[in-house]
Amino acid sequence: MKARVYVMLKNGVLDPQGEAVRHALGSLGFDGVEGVRQGKVIELDLAEGTTEATVTEMCEKLLANTVIESYRVEMG
Amino acid sequence: MKAAVIVFPGSNCDRDLAVAFEQAGADVTMVWHKDTALPESIDMVGVPGGFSFGDYLRCGAIAANSPICQSLIQHAERGGYALGVCNGFQILTETGLLPGALRRNAGLKYICRTVGLEVASADTAFTSGYSQGDVVNVPIAHHDGNYFVTDEKLAQLRDEDRIAFTYTDNPNGSVADIAGVVSKNRRVLGMMPHPERAADTGHNGTDGVAMFRALMDQFATA
Repeated sequence: MKARVYVMLKNGVLDPQGEAVRHALGSLGFDGVEGVRQGKVIELDLAEGTTEATVTEMCEKLLANTVIESYRVEMG
Repeated sequence: MKAAVIVFPGSNCDRDLAVAFEQAGADVTMVWHKDTALPESIDMVGVPGGFSFGDYLRCGAIAANSPICQSLIQHAERGGYALGVCNGFQILTETGLLPGALRRNAGLKYICRTVGLEVASADTAFTSGYSQGDVVNVPIAHHDGNYFVTDEKLAQLRDEDRIAFTYTDNPNGSVADIAGVVSKNRRVLGMMPHPERAADTGHNGTDGVAMFRALMDQFATA
């Protein structure tokens, strides 16, 4: 089974990389890009029966730094 | 003073930090990240700069979960001293021993130059060799040194006089110009600038020496 973890900087935490991407899109002529937030996706191959609670624990302990990042888990 | 310097795969300031401790008169042991225990009766643990585990996932995240860091946390919880520099600061925030987190520099560039630091608190074992308000010149070399804390935590850090150093000219976007903070018991310091790279006449400046000397004095009088 698989799980997918999305890690993003929390709202309110400045994302300088996202800002740089927004500027780059603007200079390519894409108007109207009002904000870009850049995060990461982590795909996990898990033993059958691994629970979402376990993946959440993985996020809390390692995959996200909850001081500045939020995360979302998608199972299956 | 008996000091241990932790070596992670990718550490690159471990020897510099050891030399700075030794030049101040400390007895230094290098400790590998897979070791599960610090040497007996260690006073000070140095967490060096570098790129532990290639900065994979997040700077310091994997190092903070290595076996030796459990011992480091226990050492700090017992009231032991620790100094984390650069990647060491990132690791200390990832362990939770220090508040906040280090983000990508606001200007997105890796910055390697000497910066001015104002001593924001001289009331720590690390900074007692300086006076509050002193400006010292210490090199930085980082890509992710942009310190973040919530407004609430920042107010707490200020109330508790836990901001050790601020930048005189903020190079990286850090909240409140913060370059280094101490733990609540004032015995764990994390800072992005490298005092161990300003600790020898062969370096471009020796403003870091006072930190290592002050630490030695602390243990000489203890």
